[in-house]
Amino acid sequence: MDHAIAPATRIGDQPRPKKNYLNETKGFWSWAGTVDHKRIGIMYLVGVLVAFLMGGIFALLVRLTLLTPSHKLFGKVLLTAEQYNRVFTLHGAIMVFLFIIPAIPASLGNFVLPLMLGAKDVAFPRLNLFSFYLWLTGALMAITAMVFGAVDTGWTFYTPYSTTTDGPVTLMTLAVFVLGFSSIFTGLNFIATVHKLRAPGMGWFDMPLFIWGIYSTAIIQVLATPVLGITLVLLVLERSFGIGIFDPRIGGDPVLFQHFFWFYSHPAVYIMILPGMAIISELIPTFSQKTIFGYRAIAYSSVSLALVSFIVWGHHMFVAGQSQLATVVFSALTFLVAIPSGVKLYNWLGTMYQGNIKLDTPMLYAISFLVLFAIGGLTGIFLGTLATDVHLTDTYFVVAHFHFVMVGGTVTAFIGGLHYWWPKMTGRMYSEAWGRVGCALWNIGFNMTFLTQFFLGSKGMPRRYYNYLDQFQPLHAFSTVGSWILGLGLFITAAYLLASLRKPMDAPDNPWNGTTLEWKTSSPPITHNFEEQPVLEREPYDYRPVLVAK
Amino acid sequence: MSTTSVDLHTHSGGHAAAHADDPHHQHHFTTMEQQFDTSKIGMWLFLATEVLLFGGLFVGFGMMQARYPREFVEAHTHLVRWQGALNTVVLLISSFTMVLAVQAAKKGDKAKQVLFLALTILCACIFLVVKYFEYSHKYEEGWLPGRFYSYKGDSIPACHAAPPGEAAAAAPAANAVPCTNGYATFFSFYFMMTGLHGFHILAGIGVLSWILIRAKRGEFSASYYTPVDLVGLYWHLVDLIWIYLFPLYYLIQ
Repeated sequence: MDHAIAPATRIGDQPRPKKNYLNETKGFWSWAGTVDHKRIGIMYLVGVLVAFLMGGIFALLVRLTLLTPSHKLFGKVLLTAEQYNRVFTLHGAIMVFLFIIPAIPASLGNFVLPLMLGAKDVAFPRLNLFSFYLWLTGALMAITAMVFGAVDTGWTFYTPYSTTTDGPVTLMTLAVFVLGFSSIFTGLNFIATVHKLRAPGMGWFDMPLFIWGIYSTAIIQVLATPVLGITLVLLVLERSFGIGIFDPRIGGDPVLFQHFFWFYSHPAVYIMILPGMAIISELIPTFSQKTIFGYRAIAYSSVSLALVSFIVWGHHMFVAGQSQLATVVFSALTFLVAIPSGVKLYNWLGTMYQGNIKLDTPMLYAISFLVLFAIGGLTGIFLGTLATDVHLTDTYFVVAHFHFVMVGGTVTAFIGGLHYWWPKMTGRMYSEAWGRVGCALWNIGFNMTFLTQFFLGSKGMPRRYYNYLDQFQPLHAFSTVGSWILGLGLFITAAYLLASLRKPMDAPDNPWNGTTLEWKTSSPPITHNFEEQPVLEREPYDYRPVLVAK
Repeated sequence: MSTTSVDLHTHSGGHAAAHADDPHHQHHFTTMEQQFDTSKIGMWLFLATEVLLFGGLFVGFGMMQARYPREFVEAHTHLVRWQGALNTVVLLISSFTMVLAVQAAKKGDKAKQVLFLALTILCACIFLVVKYFEYSHKYEEGWLPGRFYSYKGDSIPACHAAPPGEAAAAAPAANAVPCTNGYATFFSFYFMMTGLHGFHILAGIGVLSWILIRAKRGEFSASYYTPVDLVGLYWHLVDLIWIYLFPLYYLIQ
């Protein structure tokens, strides 16, 4: 046992190396041309956070417009119906394609994955940089499409509306096409890295569960995204050449577009949620200081969620004119999703049971995730059930369900993970007190905004509509006020995180007493990650104190 | 822990010492074998995405063929079967020469590498020349995709494809392209799929030329021939896709 990894270091145990990945080289080109996964991760992080800010502003604008049925603020109409359509399209498209899909894998994943594996970099460092620039190109194309007359198709680009409406739909879809390739290359890189660059002694079932989650995500990215790519190409060709595949006037089938689109986009929602679950699988054992309950069950459930995600796309189309038989089959398959999701939730709870729980900010977000994701998941069953779905299709109920899973789930986990790895990435601790305030406001604001929308939806308020009946106004107003609290919470979070950057580096190497390999190097890590090739000698999530000598 | 990152290079030397001279060895891999295996996994994953990219089109073709079975069979008679067959043979030969090129690279035989890579490129060019004649014939006859379809000799004049209600609802536009639905769709897919495949052949010529130049410089040896191997994999996939495209378009009944 004399080589066993030493117990966690608390503040100031070891002298900090003078050079780290942040200060080893300087200047613009040392960042723009870097192949270091940590710097690329940071660049992605900045990029997705800017996208998050933009998407968030559009979301606040949508909510503000819906404050009153007359859409007036201080006597002036805030957004016309056309502007409203564009703004919610911008909100959806930016949040989905520019923020949530790359948020965890490309930013936090890029930074942490090689460190957790004990590797010096991802398998293909140049490809990694290339996919960042693809992302940037796609983002700029999407923004250009907005500047030259916004797109109003919604983020789903349904035909025949998207093949007939004016506006730069073509540019927007090409932007998404480019973003898709960025996502594919990131996934491809991660799969190869996990297969070939694990530290000596690290078998598949010694990997941290974060890696399992990111690996499952990467499988979906690689297998589903090309289908979106070809679908968007077909859409562009239909718009420009009238090839007769989606447009019913020239013999096409608009429902075929929905099949193609959801064949990608349903797996894509697992591209969004699996990395969130991956983060939670790290946070819960670390802040309970207890071995993860059911390691293999969680690992297998990630992979099985990835596989199941490919066979349930038809549940987006229960009322779109697919056959009765297909509808019943898709509904039955959809219920399968509940099994691996439930396995995860119970295993996380089992991990916390009798653990030594510390309620630091990342853990507060993890617990928020458990509650919000449970609500999001359970309301998914309402929508997967045929009889209730016919009533709830295209209402605010769907909007609320989607936001509970994607925002209450993924974004909550993302913010939790950001706090968890913030000391590792920046070398600085953030303000714990403000962190708790931010998390409290996040929870209050989120539930006010979106729990309300379940009620709106079940009462019949259709989604995407600009106008609504007066009777819905109290609930709409309540939801809008919630969005302000949500925004305030995020604003405070951004403020104290940025403020921490002004301090000198004060973070210990392992502030949370974590056991995975990224905590075995300095904070922030040196450019080559580890002074010596780490060798795995204990299972992950083994928090028992090390016996120093026999 | 206070020393800097330089230590790392010396550490990994334990495994990498044997390849210390190899300029292709990247610092984050312990051995050249590990690097080669990793590249290969990356390439296979890329090929998987290619299969799915084409897969979407194959599914679309299947859906539309089920919708317009009669039109598709009639439209396919406009394709010249012997030209498709010739291209199939040409690509099969190119696959064979590619295998020989990879073998030569493994043995470090420069002359054979260059020869077989050049032959592979030649086959790819022949394929494109045949394709050029096919495309220009289609263009002259008006067998074009979607709304550009202008051929008048089809045997079914009445527009029977769209359900009556839909046709009436979209009257003005439906009148503009009344009778060519299935035929135009067939040629839409024909040009999209063979076009995308042709684009891959072009890209193949590009990367083959690139490794031809590197082979001429004598860069590949038994310890490092990764690019030749990976381009070979890519080229076989491009051939394989044609093996599916040929019966799909030229031999349907």
